[in-house]
Amino acid sequence: MNILVCVKRVPAPGARINITSDGQQVDTAFLGFTVSPHEECAVEQAVQLVEKHGGEVTVLTLGPAEAQEQLRTAVSTGAAKAVLVPIDTTDWDPQRTAQAIATVITELETANGKYDLVLFGNESADSCGYQVGIRTALKLGRPIVNGAKGLETENGVATVRRESDAGVEIYKLKTPACVGVKEGINLPRYPTMKGRLASKKVAVDRSESSGETGGLKLITLRRPPERASNTVILGNGPEAASAVVDLLEELGVFK
Amino acid sequence: MTVLAVVEHDRGNITSASLGVLTAARNLAKQMNTKFEVLTIGANADRLSETAANFGATTVHQAHNAMLTDFGPEAWGESIAQVVRKISPSVVIGTGTERGHEIIAQAAARLDLPAAMNCLEFDKDFNGSQPLKVVRARWGGSLMEESQIDAPIKLITLANHVVEPQEELATSPATISAIEVQLDESVSQSFVQDRVERVAGVTLATSPVVVSGGRGVGSAEAFAPLEELAGLLNGVVGCSRAVTNNGWRNHTDQVGQTGTRIAPDIYIACGISGAIQHWVGAMASKNILAINTDAQANIVTKAGYAVIGDLHKVVPAISAEIRRRQNK
Ligand SMILES: Cc1cc2nc3c(=O)[nH]c(=O)nc-3n(C[C@H](O)[C@H](O)[C@H](O)COP(=O)(O)OP(=O)(O)OC[C@H]3O[C@@H](n4cnc5c(N)ncnc54)[C@H](O)[C@@H]3O)c2cc1C
Ligand SMILES: Nc1ncnc2c1ncn2[C@@H]1O[C@H](COP(=O)(O)O)[C@@H](O)[C@H]1O
Repeated sequence: MNILVCVKRVPAPGARINITSDGQQVDTAFLGFTVSPHEECAVEQAVQLVEKHGGEVTVLTLGPAEAQEQLRTAVSTGAAKAVLVPIDTTDWDPQRTAQAIATVITELETANGKYDLVLFGNESADSCGYQVGIRTALKLGRPIVNGAKGLETENGVATVRRESDAGVEIYKLKTPACVGVKEGINLPRYPTMKGRLASKKVAVDRSESSGETGGLKLITLRRPPERASNTVILGNGPEAASAVVDLLEELGVFK
Repeated sequence: MTVLAVVEHDRGNITSASLGVLTAARNLAKQMNTKFEVLTIGANADRLSETAANFGATTVHQAHNAMLTDFGPEAWGESIAQVVRKISPSVVIGTGTERGHEIIAQAAARLDLPAAMNCLEFDKDFNGSQPLKVVRARWGGSLMEESQIDAPIKLITLANHVVEPQEELATSPATISAIEVQLDESVSQSFVQDRVERVAGVTLATSPVVVSGGRGVGSAEAFAPLEELAGLLNGVVGCSRAVTNNGWRNHTDQVGQTGTRIAPDIYIACGISGAIQHWVGAMASKNILAINTDAQANIVTKAGYAVIGDLHKVVPAISAEIRRRQNK
């Protein structure tokens, strides 16, 4: 069973997100990079499925050359192959991204055969577009369900479990299929020593691709208005307990 | 040239997010001086036409097909796409929820049109003929993006809770237009096959009191005093991602961008630094009390109230004080 997982390199901001002066990007001068927790879980789920059923996991990203870092991290936790779709500009819009990813997947499949599953995060961490996976699946002509909090495969059927306000829903998709994964589906493992070594050695394949510019254009980024706060310090250490309970009484949460 | 609102419902029961969408779509149609129309999907949602009319819809399109008995993202997306092709609205608005994003993305993919999710504001001068400028939430709401949708039909979802639902009866009764949509094999798979109903009760998302722990708690066992305090306040326990990543608690307890958004009367954050991805899930709380050893921690500077100190000492002291007052 072969699985491809799409991950996106994003900055990892701490206490606040700063924006570059032209308003076009997050200021990453002092930041590390990561992928969305949903995507980390998608990689973990793929690795677990392959451990159970055999086969291998390929990770793919469309991004700058530096995005190799995220591909190698995925390899250190169990992926076998890595594919970079290089772009030189900062970010492609969702339509263009999906077109490029679908083209590369089709090329990879022509060479190696179809992936039983193509996994995505439910949404990317930075742009939160909720659509690249769905657009890609449609171009590949495969069914897709998002929000997976459970994913098993058996006899060519992928069973997806997902939560809604009403309860837990079960979907059954014939493979090859696509699934959008949500954090909580599993607990991603930490890299092993062996994984770290493999990640240094893995060859990152480059697969050029293009795609027509879509209709959603970024004008500018901005920070939401911050709520002014003059923190009231109720005290230091356990002596503050009485002031805390006074507050709870005042707020009516404790009678 | 119309504004089309897509109703999200669960087996015929309208979701609260839909009411905000009906309100926003009507207001936008008014601004554009055009008609406000609504789409319901599946015959089990026909009765929602009345709700749509109460919010001012002039026409309600009812998408019908024998397959449409429950939720199915591809079938719903395809239904939207077919109705959009038929009536060519200028703007289509869906709910900013998991289902809403999914079906609007499905429709956009099928129509090969752009889509902007989680919109907070629309251009006040938009009249239907120019590109639509929107402000939408990124980073789970930690950042905003001003962007422009350049397409004949603009597909968007409205961020949840930004528009207060407001009924407003139309001057004439709504016209009902039943549309038989064509659905084939290709969308038949992704329907809900089975469902285990949720048991009612207070959840992290709805509890008025949340006592939350972060890396500073130190272990799964060390959550016991937080459980105790939450119990005394009839609240629930939450946590940060550092905690779920360490396997100390289940992901269902996680507050934040990739966890649950909460809006309790009070959020008590113990040993949590307040990273932006955590804060975005907690910032709607009416009051925030941070308990932290670090007076400079982001959560301390942003919270309304704080206690500087070791949570392992402070939390039990609060519980003891509550019990002391209860016994008086
Ligand atoms: C895309 C993305 C999405 C994310 N989504 C989420 C999310 O949904 N939810 C989430 O929580 N995080 C999320 N994160 C992770 C987030 O960036 C932080 O890493 C995480 O919130 C940190 O958790 P923490 O505050 O518990 O730990 P830390 O940042 O390590 O903070 C621990 C705090 O405990 C205090 N402390 C230590 N000991 C004590 C003590 N004895 N008494 C009192 N205080 C003490 C310290 O002073 C410190 O402030 C996400 C990250 C990314 C990149
Ligand atoms: N540049 C990219 N490279 C690889 N995968 C991506 C990229 N952008 C988005 N994706 C995938 O599509 C999912 C949804 O992205 P989005 O539509 O931006 O929310 C992400 O979680 C990723 O799995």
